[in-house]
Amino acid sequence: MSKILVGLKRVVDYNVRVRVKPDGTGVVTEGVKMSINPFDEIALEEALRIREKGGATEVIVVSIGPADTQQQLRTGLAMGADRAILVQTDAPIEPLAAARIFLKLAEKEAPQIVLLGKQGIDDDNNQTGQMLAALWQRPQATFASKVELDGAKVRVTREVDAGLETIEVDLPAVITTDLRLNEPRYVKLPDIMKAKKKPLDTIAVADLGVDAGSQFKTVKYEPPAARSKGVMVRDVAELVSALKQKGLIQ
Amino acid sequence: MTKVLIVAEHAGGKLNPATAKCVSCASGIAGAEIDIAVLAADAAAVASQAASLQGVKRVLKVENAANAEPLAAVLAPQVAALAANYTHVFGPSTTFGKDLMPRVAALLGVSQLSDIMAVESATRFRRPVYAGNAIITVEAAADRQIVATVRVASFQAAATGGSAASEAASTGADLPTHTRFVSRSAAATGRPDLQTAARVVSGGRAVGSADNFKLIVSLADKLGAGVGASRAAVDAGYAPNDLQVGQTGKIIAPELYVAVGISGAIQHLTGIKDARTIVAINKDPEAPIFEVADIGLVGDLFTVLPELEKALG
Repeated sequence: MSKILVGLKRVVDYNVRVRVKPDGTGVVTEGVKMSINPFDEIALEEALRIREKGGATEVIVVSIGPADTQQQLRTGLAMGADRAILVQTDAPIEPLAAARIFLKLAEKEAPQIVLLGKQGIDDDNNQTGQMLAALWQRPQATFASKVELDGAKVRVTREVDAGLETIEVDLPAVITTDLRLNEPRYVKLPDIMKAKKKPLDTIAVADLGVDAGSQFKTVKYEPPAARSKGVMVRDVAELVSALKQKGLIQ
Repeated sequence: MTKVLIVAEHAGGKLNPATAKCVSCASGIAGAEIDIAVLAADAAAVASQAASLQGVKRVLKVENAANAEPLAAVLAPQVAALAANYTHVFGPSTTFGKDLMPRVAALLGVSQLSDIMAVESATRFRRPVYAGNAIITVEAAADRQIVATVRVASFQAAATGGSAASEAASTGADLPTHTRFVSRSAAATGRPDLQTAARVVSGGRAVGSADNFKLIVSLADKLGAGVGASRAAVDAGYAPNDLQVGQTGKIIAPELYVAVGISGAIQHLTGIKDARTIVAINKDPEAPIFEVADIGLVGDLFTVLPELEKALG
């Protein structure tokens, strides 16, 4: 049995224009569409492709969050995951706490690969995979744009500032996904029906025996400073003179 | 006593300018003593560049053949060992720092702060979330080490002309062999580096093809600018991934940013909002890019770009 553990975070949908609450205590989430974090959807797609090619026998989707997070896990099951685990909590979870939770599950399930999105598009932290790899004392291959399994090793091409970097790591390992790894499949209606019968276990954070407390306190949320309104020019000649006026060209 | 350790980013014997920006960030903490750690196979050249940054007290050279390539799994235990004497450990919010610093933090048993954009005190910082749609102020506990990445577009590089002491350091850390470097492919273009360029010209989906992208490159060369691209242009294969500007690509702050055929998705705008002047050229007058542009021109890029190049002489 070779397993892949996939993390699915419930986040404000990619297309929602996020607004800060007037009292500065957070962002508006009431009545806002929630979805699977796009990077995590790519992680799940990669896991399914690995399983379909015979590189794994079971894909387990995991989420940490409130009861409503079941929706995202059901979507993950409809995409093709075999079973789901919800680690339920209403408290905010920092990446270190998430990594500690994933470590518990990794110790219990003994997966060959843990596939996570490189960052949540809500907190933009980009930490959980790296932290899990550290605590698990296993390799990390972050920002993956290509994953090639080769027995007990995996070769991962990573999107780095300089271009593309390829590393080879021993399994088990943590892989985090970048945007161009794959294009996630669409869920079909019969799969949604089938997904309702797949197992979804719920565990309370407290029952895992991990320290999931926060170390940072968010004091306030503010909207970003707005850029002042610019000018519209009619043609290239006006553009050139506007650039000259600002001293940007000679 | 506030002591900040900055992990140097470098390649090919050259210190990455992101490191000098981390020094500026750390200098914003009152009374901070700043050291830089250079982990390399041969650290001499990089260490002397680091030692010339103003505000730096000491440079620690950690030389080991295993440090020839920046593998987070190999570097993290060494940085974590060095961190024992420091209150803060900073790295740049580049792919190097994003890969490494969370691993360091986890080894130290602390949470990590990503993308510091402003320092309010030794324990209070500001950072963007939700693709920059919100800025949060975060307070860390004073009794824990603070491991963080620094949003390099938010800080000017520290000036050179300093003369910090340089010394060899050893960590005694156990280094894993489970992670091995294979190769790196980087396009050597001879153009200014996107992340440090004073001017950047970027192309978007409307450019239409990899072949047409030459128009963007040509204008960039005319302006002595670096070349960027929107996610849509990279996804469509018009430009390589390392040119992507935005939430999940590079965050840049050039003097002049020219967005050509880029509609201006919020994820792209977050990567450019620190640019001094934004010029937008787009044929759709309703494109959101015009909401942030200092100078906007509604027009077809295939007509505008050749005209503009001609006008620039």
